[in-house]
Amino acid sequence: MGRFRGLAALALIIALLPLALPNNYYYDVAIRIGMNAIIVVGLNLLIGYAGQISLGHAGFVGLGAYASAVLSSRFGWPPLAAMLFGMAAVGVIAFVVARPILRLRGHYLAMATLGLGIIIYMVLVNESAWTGGNDGMSVRPFSLLGLTLASERAWYWVTGAVLLGAILLANNIVDSPVGRALRAVHGSEVAAQVAGIDTTRYKVRVFVLSAVFASAVGSMMAHYLGFVSPQVSSFFHSIELVTMVVVGGMASTYGAVLGAAILTTLPQLLATFEGYEMITFGLILMLTVIFLPRGLLPTIAARLRKAG
Amino acid sequence: MALLEVQALSRSFGGVHAVQDLSFEIEPGKIYSIIGPNGAGKTTVFNLITGLYRPSSGRVVFDGSNVTGKAPHELARRGVSRTFQNLQICFNMSAVENVMVGAHLRLDQGMLGSMLRLPALARRDAVCREEAAELMRFVGVGKYIGALADAMPYGALKRLEIARALAARPKMLLLDEPAAGLNPTETHEIDELIQKIGVSGVTVVLVEHDMKLVMGISDRILVLDYGRKLAEGTAREVRDNPEVIAAYLGVVAKAAA
Ligand SMILES: Nc1ncnc2c1ncn2[C@@H]1O[C@H](COP(=O)(O)OP(=O)(O)OP(=O)(O)O)[C@@H](O)[C@H]1O
Ligand SMILES: [Mg+2]
Repeated sequence: MGRFRGLAALALIIALLPLALPNNYYYDVAIRIGMNAIIVVGLNLLIGYAGQISLGHAGFVGLGAYASAVLSSRFGWPPLAAMLFGMAAVGVIAFVVARPILRLRGHYLAMATLGLGIIIYMVLVNESAWTGGNDGMSVRPFSLLGLTLASERAWYWVTGAVLLGAILLANNIVDSPVGRALRAVHGSEVAAQVAGIDTTRYKVRVFVLSAVFASAVGSMMAHYLGFVSPQVSSFFHSIELVTMVVVGGMASTYGAVLGAAILTTLPQLLATFEGYEMITFGLILMLTVIFLPRGLLPTIAARLRKAG
Repeated sequence: MALLEVQALSRSFGGVHAVQDLSFEIEPGKIYSIIGPNGAGKTTVFNLITGLYRPSSGRVVFDGSNVTGKAPHELARRGVSRTFQNLQICFNMSAVENVMVGAHLRLDQGMLGSMLRLPALARRDAVCREEAAELMRFVGVGKYIGALADAMPYGALKRLEIARALAARPKMLLLDEPAAGLNPTETHEIDELIQKIGVSGVTVVLVEHDMKLVMGISDRILVLDYGRKLAEGTAREVRDNPEVIAAYLGVVAKAAA
């Protein structure tokens, strides 16, 4: 059962990690790593596997977060229903914008997705009657069947479980006809076309899927933090997510998790240098692209294969 | 009835008339070759037939239906498959997965089923992997079944493309210079491979500069020059045509000497 080895290893790490987490602050970091990792696992399907770029994915995180915030706190929806509605709505929005956007290539695709993210951010800022504008709004805790997710510990286990589930789904996709079609779009788009793959359709599908992953995490973040502000959908957050994909490893699901772990932890370590975070991120992104263009994990794996 | 009918097909790029008023028919089950000097428009004809280019005018009829201007994936659906003069290999995948891409249309394409890896999907995928490995042996690259595509030499990659094209189980297979860059032994093996494919009932359209190979295996030959039909007929008819000798074969003979 080689296909479950990585998953079992990660499950073990998640199960044992609490032994090394002395207090809630560390739990908080672990939860943030897990949530970012879920988004990045989805985004990696788009960027790493299908070879498309999105500089606007934080927009989808924001839409999910606000769907949960507004529907559950203003309209009294059950949090799970709000979350699922958010995912469905984001799926529809992503589907509608994907076709025109994904016809574009390279810089143009980057610019279009950047614009999309900015539009979503501006809407969240401007629709202040609903969203609280720049001040954000508070969100009630996540509850299901009378149980409320309140403690860091509870969120830790939920996030860990969702992460494992997300990885399982993503790896299943990669190793399926759909996944090969996505990788073929990246490897040779003409070869994919003449093999019968409607490449635009597949780009749209993976864009929608990664957007839905992002929306789900947005909902989780909103309930976990008990608060949302438009910053979740900011351009900087989109860049953070892309950096996690690139640093951890293009076309490597566990690389994506590694990227999320490194780049979520780093700002905490650098908290004393407030204001230099962005510079550090930029630097890491540049150094990775120059020295490890395939990202950390694929590079390490290739070295090991050569050595072994 | 002809499997492929090309009627008054033209395509220009800016001022360049790459293909001009070209008509020909291909009977099913035949090996049909297209030859001509560099820049004669052979690859452009392939790109027009497979939907990668839209014609400026004219029609392409495949298997009884008009497919002019249809997208490449729709032509694949109807049974057209091809290889490329400049390799189009997915180097981000293993060799076997490259071949499996060719079988895409026969596999489960549902998003949800893929995510959940439903048993039926997994089973069909395993069968497909086995068939892809079998095809790799058939084209003579069996020893790379476990390899990554980027670990294979050029000659093997040319055959890998043929295996991928065959994985689609096409009615018509277009091969764009399958022997280019190969040594005489490898060229001989490609020759035998194309004949095996022909015998299996697939209609083969071949573009190739190796005249020994073309003259030996083609049922019919179309000679292109500056995008126009210069001649068409059996190997013997084409070889003895003075215009063809002047425009092309003379040059080839001189180059070979
Ligand atoms: N996409 C394109 N854009 C512009 N010009 C093109 C394009 N494709 C082909 N051409 C031109 O059309 C003409 C025919 O090219 P084509 O590649 O079809 O020739 P060919 O017969 O395949 O030649 P070769 O034997 O060298 O492969 C050439 O003049 C080429 O420059
Ligand atoms: Mg050519």
